[in-house]
Amino acid sequence: MTVVSETSGRLLEVENLSCEFRSEAGIARVLHGVNLTLDKGMTLGVVGESGSGKSMLMKSILGIAPRTAKVSGRVVFDGVDLSTMQAGERRKFLGRRIGIVFQNPMTSLNPVVRVGRQIEEAGRFHFGWSKAEGRRIAIDLMADVGLPDPEECYTQYPHQFSGGMKQRIMIATALACKPDLLIADEATTALDVTVQKNILDLLANIQQERRMSMILVTHNLGIVAGRTDDTAVMYGGRIVERGPTEALFTDPRHRYTEALIGAIPRTDQPAHTELRVIPGRPPELLRPIPGCPFAPRCSVAEARCSESTPPVAYGADERHTFVCYVPVGTPNAAAAAAAGASTEVN
Amino acid sequence: MDSQPAGSAPLTGQAPTEGYLRDESLLKVRDLHVTFRRGHRTMEAVAGISFDVARGETLGLVGESGCGKTTTGRAILRLLPKENSGMTGSILFEGTDLGLIPNSAMRQVRRRLQMIFQDPLSSFNPRRKVWDIVGEGLVIQGVKKKEIAERVDAALNDVGMSRTMVEGRRPHQFSGGQCQRLAIARALALGPDLIVCDEPVASLDVSVQAQVINLLQEIRERKNLALIFISHDLAVVRNVSDRVAVMYMGKIVEVGEADKVYARPAHPYSRTLLEAVPMPDASIKIKPTGVASEMPSPSSPPSGCRFRTRCPRAQQICTDVEPQLRQMPQGQFAACHFPHSEPAPGVRSSPSVERSGASF
Repeated sequence: MTVVSETSGRLLEVENLSCEFRSEAGIARVLHGVNLTLDKGMTLGVVGESGSGKSMLMKSILGIAPRTAKVSGRVVFDGVDLSTMQAGERRKFLGRRIGIVFQNPMTSLNPVVRVGRQIEEAGRFHFGWSKAEGRRIAIDLMADVGLPDPEECYTQYPHQFSGGMKQRIMIATALACKPDLLIADEATTALDVTVQKNILDLLANIQQERRMSMILVTHNLGIVAGRTDDTAVMYGGRIVERGPTEALFTDPRHRYTEALIGAIPRTDQPAHTELRVIPGRPPELLRPIPGCPFAPRCSVAEARCSESTPPVAYGADERHTFVCYVPVGTPNAAAAAAAGASTEVN
Repeated sequence: MDSQPAGSAPLTGQAPTEGYLRDESLLKVRDLHVTFRRGHRTMEAVAGISFDVARGETLGLVGESGCGKTTTGRAILRLLPKENSGMTGSILFEGTDLGLIPNSAMRQVRRRLQMIFQDPLSSFNPRRKVWDIVGEGLVIQGVKKKEIAERVDAALNDVGMSRTMVEGRRPHQFSGGQCQRLAIARALALGPDLIVCDEPVASLDVSVQAQVINLLQEIRERKNLALIFISHDLAVVRNVSDRVAVMYMGKIVEVGEADKVYARPAHPYSRTLLEAVPMPDASIKIKPTGVASEMPSPSSPPSGCRFRTRCPRAQQICTDVEPQLRQMPQGQFAACHFPHSEPAPGVRSSPSVERSGASF
């Protein structure tokens, strides 16, 4: 275990993280040198459509990517460089410090084990809780996540709960070791809007109480908008735009972010409002283009967009970064080129 | 088509005579009840609902899972499982009661009444060629081979695809969005007057979802199609619907013109749903509330108003007396003893401000 820096406000730092799968068909690169940071107590939203690499990013951070995946890059968690750790060591370390809630609680929970035992399982492993201790903590956790009558729930099986309740059990399981970071990977996607709101509210409340950091991984920009401090938009295995959530939504700079926001139907628009369409299809992982992955679908793409990856550019707020040659707000190519040149100097 | 005595269906209980029902509609559903049996237990999935859909109109049917919206859609097309379900009430399609006609006549009606399902891939036979799948309805209808080819071509054209794109290929060779286009083409090939769309975009990515919604809208307009759009996503329903019906535990709790319902939702449940829709707008900071509530068991619905167990406005009368749909001052109909009349939260009184971002 190598401590690389003094533990300051930074909880997670991901540097140049790549991930690829090799098969007979070729090499599929699902992550292309992703950089990401998360401070303590903050909430980060990671948004992307299916196949954008958002789930693989989380798995690569946690070291739970499939064995066939080749992961490279650096992940520093609370000052500890994880990339130098052995798999077992890493699991022991992260299992305690990071909790994760997946999309489908039914496939994450063991259907033949009572939920109480599943909640305390991680704690008994990491902290050696006794049976009685585990039970007490599990029941407390179930009360915390709003399960009615936790004493009774303790001995019940997953199928006896509704989808929303199962997701609460998953959250209790993820919280058992008092993690510093909670990752919710599409945790509310399969739920009704009302239940989704309940679960997201619950996560927000718990996060405040425990001063955890949180990563909300979702395809739904609406979930991210009102509930996160920072947002990262992923496309084709890259983070194409990243910044304070408010800046990113009010002043999106990457063409993909802008198009995505325009494609969402809204309740405050009149009926039959034509939605902005993003033509074409998501990029094929086996045949990546050298430049911006969005170039083939982009309405303002220039020749250079598909030839080389644009340099990182900055928005009005310097924490707001994006990777685009022709960002929103720079209609003419010359201005964009000038902006590109100036950032290259930096 | 068999001539059936229209409107002679025995209406169970008191036939509703609410003012939101129109006589001249294409499809009229009156006092529909659907029950499912499981062992000795019966569960009423749809508990007496009435609505209608006019030609060229889109009715959005919204509610949480288990509210009976899909069951309603399936009942209209007589797609409910025969073994364990029962249906009463009447479904009048151009005056023909679909509940009374024999299967052979129903097959004729299906030409004009089609359905699109949530997951297109699982509603296609994976071993058949896509071309045959799109034309299957026409084969069943006994259309001649040459005409089938023409109509499949036209239908594919309508959804922005072509014969060369599909010929010889099978469903797994298409993406989710393309499969949904093919499902729409399959429905369109028959030249229907009404399509029941059951969560047609729920499984699609945002960018693809927009394509399919726009496509459906464009086709609806061009062909003067009526749509029943079943969805849990209130934002999608807002975009496509002329009228909406909000369902809760098998009942319609609010129904009316979409503009009115969304501007000033009357039923507390409609508001609960609307407030829960995540808006892609970072200026609206969400304050978490501790209130958590879930739908009670559908096998034993609460007495009186079914929403009362989750309703912030519930009082004694809500337990004792079941509210009936009645007209609200703002125009739509709602079944509530203490309806709202103020604008929906988050709705700006002026037309929504253009969000153009970086241009200034």
